[in-house]
Amino acid sequence: MRYQLNFDWLPQYLPTLIEGIGVTIYLIVVGAVVGCLLGIVCAWTRALGPKPLRPLVGAYVELIRNTPFMIQLFFIFFGLPSLGVQMNQLQAASLAMIVNLGAYSCEIIRAGINATPRGQFEAGASLAMGRFQTFRYIVLVPALQRIWPALSSQIVIVMLGSAVVSQIAAEDLSYAANFIQSRNFRAFETYIVSTLIYLALSVLLRQVLSGVGWALFPKRKAAQ
Amino acid sequence: MHRRLFLSLATLTLAALGTALPAYADALENIKAAGTIKIAVPQDFPPFGSVGTDLQPVGYDVDMAQLIGEKLGVAVELVPVTSANRIPYLQTGMADLVISSLGKNAEREAVIDFTDAYAPFFNGVFGPASVSVAVAADLAGHKVGVTRGSVEDLTLTELVGDGVDISRYEDNNGTISAFLSGQVELIATGNVVAAAILERNPPIRPELKFLVKDSPCYIGLNKNETALLAAVNAIIATAKTDGSLEAISQQWLGQALPVDL
Repeated sequence: MRYQLNFDWLPQYLPTLIEGIGVTIYLIVVGAVVGCLLGIVCAWTRALGPKPLRPLVGAYVELIRNTPFMIQLFFIFFGLPSLGVQMNQLQAASLAMIVNLGAYSCEIIRAGINATPRGQFEAGASLAMGRFQTFRYIVLVPALQRIWPALSSQIVIVMLGSAVVSQIAAEDLSYAANFIQSRNFRAFETYIVSTLIYLALSVLLRQVLSGVGWALFPKRKAAQ
Repeated sequence: MHRRLFLSLATLTLAALGTALPAYADALENIKAAGTIKIAVPQDFPPFGSVGTDLQPVGYDVDMAQLIGEKLGVAVELVPVTSANRIPYLQTGMADLVISSLGKNAEREAVIDFTDAYAPFFNGVFGPASVSVAVAADLAGHKVGVTRGSVEDLTLTELVGDGVDISRYEDNNGTISAFLSGQVELIATGNVVAAAILERNPPIRPELKFLVKDSPCYIGLNKNETALLAAVNAIIATAKTDGSLEAISQQWLGQALPVDL
């Protein structure tokens, strides 16, 4: 146990790390925003939408929630080109994250919608609101407010799960860490640094999400 | 206790010396007298040497061993070795020749002798015929896949600098999948890996564009066996001109023998 920690390589590889952090942040922003929008559409379809579409969305949700993220990623990156759908590693990684978070957030948001009391729909109808207006103003916002903590956790989980996109050579933070340790042979130090960066990113992401929650649901405190 | 340990160690040492001694006689004469040549071949390194469906060793090195036995007019006794123990097998006289995809370097040259090169072993950039790339400078604007941290990754990165789009995959399978699914146009890898891809008759064929690092294989033998060295070198030289080595290369590597081997 006389291992000497050595961080001399850090200045040289700092740009690589920063690029990696940039890609990870890009992936989580695109994944979270588009993924949650997809989740809302799917949740609406599954809970209130046209009956014929419901099993279709159900199949998508079950397929994604019951297969490993890495296999979904490989399917998109290595599999789809056989069908003529070619995309670069960053596009494939973004798509995989959107599709993955879409399925999980669908179920979380659907739980929020299902927990909406019947009277709230009737209140919308009595105010002469259409189905979409009722959903947009009376059902969705309180539903999101209810499940916001669960959704935030899921987004953080997906952010941490994004580490596997380095398997398809998408140059995220894990890729940067693997790249550096294959050059400097300082695996321990490299992973210490990348672990600390992931930790900081997670903490930061939680802060941002709770901030977004406050902005989206100003009356949150009153509701509880 | 100690005495018994000492005795068994002494016996072992004597036994080791006993087996090592014949290596210092003239090896070629001993081989001709015995009518058998012991050749160390790999059994875990296709396409150079692996165990076939009938449990017999097959591969480039095995064919080379048979060729040498045939030309010397003696029977061949194949000795399966791993890359870690192939040189000790030679030094202890358990093999007369090592034909085991052996590369030449200064440390090895200090303890054994090498014949002329008999097989190509190199890292290169491979791609389909439709991509016209002949030197490293042509790579600009092309996507190249490579296995992260491998020798070819380090050498190629140094060779081309930052201007080329290099995708680095976790392992050889990732690199191969990226190439076969068209995610990268070219791959930098070993000729053995390219041969393994060609063997599966892929829709996109990896053909050699240029060399990244050359490290051909040599046959190893004990030091100061000049007669054996000359005999084996003569066999290799003939095999290069009469097409028999070309046939072995086509069969196991799927590529023509490089002219400068």
